[in-house]
Amino acid sequence: MMLSTRSAAFATALIASIAVSGSALAQKKYDTGASDTEIKIGNIMPYSGPASAYGVIGKTEEAYFKKINAEGGINGRKINFVSYDDSYSPPKAVEQARKLVESDEVLVVFNPLGTPSNSAIQKYLNSKKIPQLFVATGATKWNEPKDFPWTIGWQPSYQSEARIYAKFLMKEKPDAKIAVFYQNDDFGKDYLKGLKDGLGAKASMIVAEESYETSEPSIDSHIVKLKATGADVFISITTPKFAAQAIKKIAEVEWRPLHIVSNVSASVGSVIKPAGFENAQGILSANYAKDGADAQWDNDPGMKKFYEFLAKYYPEANKLDGSVVYGYGAAQTMVKVLEMCGDDLTRANVMKQAASLKDFAPDTLLPGVKINTSAKDFAPIEQLQMQRFKGEKWELFGDIISGELNN
Amino acid sequence: MSAAAEDAVTEAPAVEAVPKRAMTLGTGTSLVILAALLVTPIFVKNFVVFQMTMVMIYGIAVLALNILTGGSGQFSLGQSAFYALGAYTSAVLMEVANVNYALTLPIAGLVAFGAGYLFGKPALRLSGIYLALATFALAVAMPQLLKLHFLEHWTGGVQGLTVMKPDAPFGLPIGQDKWLYYFTLAISLAIYIGSINLLRSRSGRAFMSIRDNEIAASAMGVDVAQYKTLAFGVSAGITGIAGGLSAIVVAFVAPDSYTINLAIALFLGMVVGGVGWLPGSFVGAAFIIFVPNIAESISKGLSGAVFGVLLFLVIFLVPHGARQVAMVAQHLLGKLTKKN
Repeated sequence: MMLSTRSAAFATALIASIAVSGSALAQKKYDTGASDTEIKIGNIMPYSGPASAYGVIGKTEEAYFKKINAEGGINGRKINFVSYDDSYSPPKAVEQARKLVESDEVLVVFNPLGTPSNSAIQKYLNSKKIPQLFVATGATKWNEPKDFPWTIGWQPSYQSEARIYAKFLMKEKPDAKIAVFYQNDDFGKDYLKGLKDGLGAKASMIVAEESYETSEPSIDSHIVKLKATGADVFISITTPKFAAQAIKKIAEVEWRPLHIVSNVSASVGSVIKPAGFENAQGILSANYAKDGADAQWDNDPGMKKFYEFLAKYYPEANKLDGSVVYGYGAAQTMVKVLEMCGDDLTRANVMKQAASLKDFAPDTLLPGVKINTSAKDFAPIEQLQMQRFKGEKWELFGDIISGELNN
Repeated sequence: MSAAAEDAVTEAPAVEAVPKRAMTLGTGTSLVILAALLVTPIFVKNFVVFQMTMVMIYGIAVLALNILTGGSGQFSLGQSAFYALGAYTSAVLMEVANVNYALTLPIAGLVAFGAGYLFGKPALRLSGIYLALATFALAVAMPQLLKLHFLEHWTGGVQGLTVMKPDAPFGLPIGQDKWLYYFTLAISLAIYIGSINLLRSRSGRAFMSIRDNEIAASAMGVDVAQYKTLAFGVSAGITGIAGGLSAIVVAFVAPDSYTINLAIALFLGMVVGGVGWLPGSFVGAAFIIFVPNIAESISKGLSGAVFGVLLFLVIFLVPHGARQVAMVAQHLLGKLTKKN
């Protein structure tokens, strides 16, 4: 008796739910992870391990979604942000990605960090048709909509940034003798390739290449060696700690090359200040985001919003840390895409909207830098502007340059 | 940590009359656990099946270290290097040479065995912490060696190599994850039984005699250098098979997967599982996979610290690891059955 009542009730419920979903099909569409009240977003960050400094990005994003929820959510739906630690280990990233998809049942995986970790989960997410949105890595391989229609990048690729420097050098200093100093990993090698491709037939301008490992305590000997080559341009493809060491050492040995530092290490707070402002005068770099430590943005409307957000939702954050600016911009892009999705929260539609961003400008991007994507263009930010360090801040110069790879 | 490990080593099971019992679980218990392992995948989600597969793979690697440390009394912090070697051997064979994944495993084992044996030859002039340091150097060097330019054509360099995940053979109606689970289970079982038999054989007794007293062992006619190198090679070979399995199951290899952290995790797994107690290897593997997740759920910012506290508690409360827990449980069970 009990059983039959139950099964009858179940059958009724089933019929009812089919009827409801049938009638509601026109307006609201959901995939696993989205409902009338909630959107579940998964994320993987190295909160521990060698790259734990980047964990701040995940924390900023969490705070930003808290802000969105406090302001009523997206079209009435609250964001449930599930972020796991992979300690920068690819096998762990696979485990966490599967946990997000199969156990937490998230709608999308957003801004997972690191080239190796993203490479490890890319095939899995694409085979399951789960959007791998706005990955936090500058590798060039995320812009392949044909082979990986569920993976999309966010920041400018390392190669496109390197091409901008190549273009600049060929124009401003065609007889340069370039010394390249790079980190021996995917980041360094991708950059080097971009630089060589950008120089093209002029690749012989590079007179010396020297690499270092992140495990090295000091890079001084490399700098001395590069100085001895007589190069007059020094390109520093380094992460913050080593970029600061290089700036300091170059001043110490009284070498005066034209110094270009990669965008990854263009942070005033974590690189220039520790290396000493007096040692950093005239250094060149390129950027796409505003620097939270730079006073010139204090009255910028976008950055004002950013500082207000920090004060209210993430007061313990260090605004000098470039990762905070980064996380804010990425989270804002995510929210924008979800807003565009409206009530059609299927994975296919999320992907479609992510690939139809038009001139979107998050608060923290440089004036003029805009996010554009299309079904054939999965590289959201492609513009950068050159900047020169003067006094205690970066001065932007020249036009906003596109580093698109197809030109 | 090393004090606890040494302590466990000196309190060796070899002095007992029946070493097998000290090394393994009773037949009844083993069969129950095996049955549970066979049935569980039917009831749980695929990602749990994947996690269990990873536990077994790390379990094999910890077991290999256990043979080396628990069996022959030598330390190694270089297991991640052999694990990487196995993983890359499998991955490169599958992707570049199109070899069947199952066939790559024995090759991975052989390559790692060879590397371990050759590395063992000179390194084993060192003992104790000096050997640990030499192997540590190997673990640190390995990720860089994998990035070498002239190997890039095969290894994919810093970007790593994506591997095709195999489907179940003969059209079996089970998913990739479940198939790989049973595949790994079969291999784990074979290695587990093989290891027990190895430790009970003439060679195993030679290992243990070296562990207990090297001088006495050589006085009794044990070729100390030969057996030490052999233990090193066998351990490396088994670790290589575990690495190969991991490449197949994770479907991706990259230099960053095999850093010194992995070697330390394996060492930790061995201590937590109980040095010299083979079933403990799998308990230790479960510890290194699940406890970081627990630590993370307690505090994201302090996950490392929480993990440290949990680890400290385990070492403090049960210095001999899972073996100690199992012994106590067995003791209590014995008392209960007597009373009844």
